[in-house]
Amino acid sequence: MSPIHEIEFRLNGKTTRTAVPLEMNALDMLRGRLGLTGTKYGCGEGECGACTIEVDGRTVNACLLFAVDCDGRDIVTIEGLGSQEGLDPLQQSFVEHWAVQCGYCIPGMVMQARHIVGRRPGATVPEIKRGLEGNICRCTGYKKIIDAVAAAVAQAGPASR
Amino acid sequence: MTDIQKYERPASVAEAVALLREGGVTILAGGTDLMPQTQEGVRAFQPVLMNITRIPELRGIEDGAQAIRIGALVTITEILDSPLVREHIPVLATAADCFASDQLRNWATVGGNIANASPAGDMIIPLLLLDAELELASAGEGGQVQSRRMALQDFFTGPRQTRLEPHEILVAIHVPRPREDFVAEFEKFGVRPALDISLVSVGIAGVRNNGALENARVAIGAVAPTPLRGQKTEAALNGRLLDDEAIQAVAETAAREINPISDVRGSAWYRRELVANITKRILRHVAHT
Repeated sequence: MSPIHEIEFRLNGKTTRTAVPLEMNALDMLRGRLGLTGTKYGCGEGECGACTIEVDGRTVNACLLFAVDCDGRDIVTIEGLGSQEGLDPLQQSFVEHWAVQCGYCIPGMVMQARHIVGRRPGATVPEIKRGLEGNICRCTGYKKIIDAVAAAVAQAGPASR
Repeated sequence: MTDIQKYERPASVAEAVALLREGGVTILAGGTDLMPQTQEGVRAFQPVLMNITRIPELRGIEDGAQAIRIGALVTITEILDSPLVREHIPVLATAADCFASDQLRNWATVGGNIANASPAGDMIIPLLLLDAELELASAGEGGQVQSRRMALQDFFTGPRQTRLEPHEILVAIHVPRPREDFVAEFEKFGVRPALDISLVSVGIAGVRNNGALENARVAIGAVAPTPLRGQKTEAALNGRLLDDEAIQAVAETAAREINPISDVRGSAWYRRELVANITKRILRHVAHT
């Protein structure tokens, strides 16, 4: 076992402190150490997108990120979306479009879709597909997922950067 | 597998090279190759894990008098979004657009893609076309930072093997700004567009001159132990009017010059066919635009 390293970072808006082994990935930290099990383990090698989280405004596969590198960063996971009062607009759009089948890929899909909506105002369907190409739905339910994201893009308004 | 004994996060190149001088260091940048490689046991950790992501000198894409400087920590997304890259060296953006997925492009670094030295590294082929030079830094006798330059084409010695010394760090990539009439094209072939390691990738460049390419560059990925500069293919292409006969001859030369293996992604025969056909497609496109 390698030494344990103390880290501190923003997690869904709250300052969080924990201690992690140096070789641990951020996915194991979130699920095993911090009890945030919304982020899913799929392939463990960055191929499936089920563990997508946002770090300093950039989405990443949590399974590829060294937990120790989270120190000082700002992290948003699926648990950081929505509130007691209601869902995040993107989550709501997934519900309205029946975009969820077994549901396992959905936290990663929503996190990556949120990144597309935020980064690419007015994104077209081909652009949405490109943005989601790192997220695999084993139920193959892509059509309704893309419909849900396209509706969220339309709701967010045209490009106005 | 060696356990990591110590974690370091230098804030400058000077601090990083001082740590490298003591030896036994694994460099962590984006981590998107390091994490799976160490987890699968194909690569062992050194006793010191050095996280270089907080070193500002390794960031940024800057326009110099003769060359564009790309910091080693520049991500693939930053390359894709850079107006400077799109205006002067668009072939690099073309390759960045074929790279893995958005999540990986957001974290994988161009320096990591080069230092990882995969024969299939997506950023390497366009950078070979562009005559890119690497800036490598180390600590001198008195501890001062010293740097040397190396042509990218001299950097690779085998699969995952390079001329980077254990006490050195890749600081930046310098890309000479191409002439106005320079043309460069890149095509990657994989079974699916996203998240696929190249079956082959082909890059062809040169300076246009009356229907021919002068000063031709040919670089081919995933067909040899290292990313390959196709010098025989370049000789066949150089200065020759790009008619059907010439295009056929250049494609045949390329298929002969490569040295592919058969693996899970495809057979050597298939790779030769792909390289010949992609070479033809690129040259026809160059000839007709």
